[in-house]
Amino acid sequence: MKERITVSIAAAALALCAASAIAKDVRMATTTSTDNSGLLQYLLPKFEADCGCKLRYTAVGTGAALKLGQNGDVDVVLVHARAAEDKFVAAGYGVNRRDVMYNDFVIVGPASDPAGIKGMRDPLAALKKLHASGATFVSRGDDSGTNKKELAYWKAIGIKPGGPHYLAVGQGMGQTLTVAGEKQAYTLSDRATYTTYAAKTGLQIMVQGDERLLNPYGVIAVNPKRYPKVNYEGAMAFIEWLTSDKGQQAIGDYRFKGAQLFHPDYKNR
Amino acid sequence: MDLLEPTSQAFRLLLAGDPELLRIIWLSLWVSVAAIALVAAPSIGLGFLLAKKRFPGQRAAVVLVQALLSFPTVVIGLVIYLLLSRRGPLGSYELLFTPWAIMIGYMVIAFPILVVFTISSVQGADPRVYETARCLGAGRATASLTTLWEVRFGILAAVVNGFGRAISEVGCAIMVGGNIAGLTRNIPTAIALETTKGDFAQGIALGFVLMVVALGVNVLLALLQGEGGLK
Repeated sequence: MKERITVSIAAAALALCAASAIAKDVRMATTTSTDNSGLLQYLLPKFEADCGCKLRYTAVGTGAALKLGQNGDVDVVLVHARAAEDKFVAAGYGVNRRDVMYNDFVIVGPASDPAGIKGMRDPLAALKKLHASGATFVSRGDDSGTNKKELAYWKAIGIKPGGPHYLAVGQGMGQTLTVAGEKQAYTLSDRATYTTYAAKTGLQIMVQGDERLLNPYGVIAVNPKRYPKVNYEGAMAFIEWLTSDKGQQAIGDYRFKGAQLFHPDYKNR
Repeated sequence: MDLLEPTSQAFRLLLAGDPELLRIIWLSLWVSVAAIALVAAPSIGLGFLLAKKRFPGQRAAVVLVQALLSFPTVVIGLVIYLLLSRRGPLGSYELLFTPWAIMIGYMVIAFPILVVFTISSVQGADPRVYETARCLGAGRATASLTTLWEVRFGILAAVVNGFGRAISEVGCAIMVGGNIAGLTRNIPTAIALETTKGDFAQGIALGFVLMVVALGVNVLLALLQGEGGLK
């Protein structure tokens, strides 16, 4: 017992020493995908051990995460919406944006593959063929990042999605995959959520691996000039760690149900 | 939160007869009306039997139906989901995420309301109606119908209540319907979705329609009941 007390006092003292580097907790807003996939639970203990600080995060949609940064409610944001991120920085809300990693989208469909797109690489050609075949496609239809990506694909091939073979469910990725499974239809999903639902829905990956299916994540510190109270030091510590060799290695090492979901890409740019 | 702008936008949508909006309203109406029409006769019949007949387990049956009244609709949704899912026992009919699935849900939701209201109406009726009809030479069936006719306002109220519960229900409708635009998106599920998207105008417009429908049906009920409704 006595020993344990000594140990905990020593630990507390150590924590105090380390904490003097970054006194306050770091607050982060991020997207649900980094949380649901288990990546944060894997990364954060490593970061916190190195930094000697605590990082608290809230996982919301990309739009909402940027909003929290815009209001100065968090110190750092980790999101995936390049255009919105650039706007966020340009408007003076954020500084020091860095590419961190990417994950990817996949087009999934029923094993019977009525549209005959399995094994294709080009998502645009695949969607064109799918549309021509009259096969059913299920859309998030909820204005999310994934939904925006899907709509951008349709726009790129000059097809206005609609009609009885286009089902907009207006719900989350999991529910959308469930509907696609029930309807034996196709949909666009992030790899992490699809991996979770693959067994339940019986859907298979049809199209993957193309550059256009990549989904890059960026990390941005909230501008301390705009919000003097933010923990800029802590935010930068996190950004530095995430883009360090160690952080990048950890991102690449993470496995979700045996699959690599996130690919570090700070060095590549 | 600016309330005025989305509200005026909502009325513009309604007045313009926005086709998306009309589809949503129409789906809500026909599915609820059809569900109530289908479930009315069997549940009123059962309510009558439970009120009039004495048989072993009758008390238990009444308690069970009453308990169903407070059964969460999401649980009803879950059970129907499991039954209709591709992997469920009725999966081969491919009913999940179609209007038919919502209709089944509405029927299950409205069923206990109709039964319980019928029981209390029939029990509240003067028992001499039935006896007099029998004395005058009516058969059991005719005498039963006479009693039901005597309590028609109470039964009408049951039907209206069942309809109201069905058309305003969101949990089951979103689970088994899937909120698919143009196919299974109805008033409550659309309101739930539009609000999460931050698009309040359509939500307000649909909420307004729902209130008008509720008010209209109840005014109609009051008119039909006439003097009887005042009792």
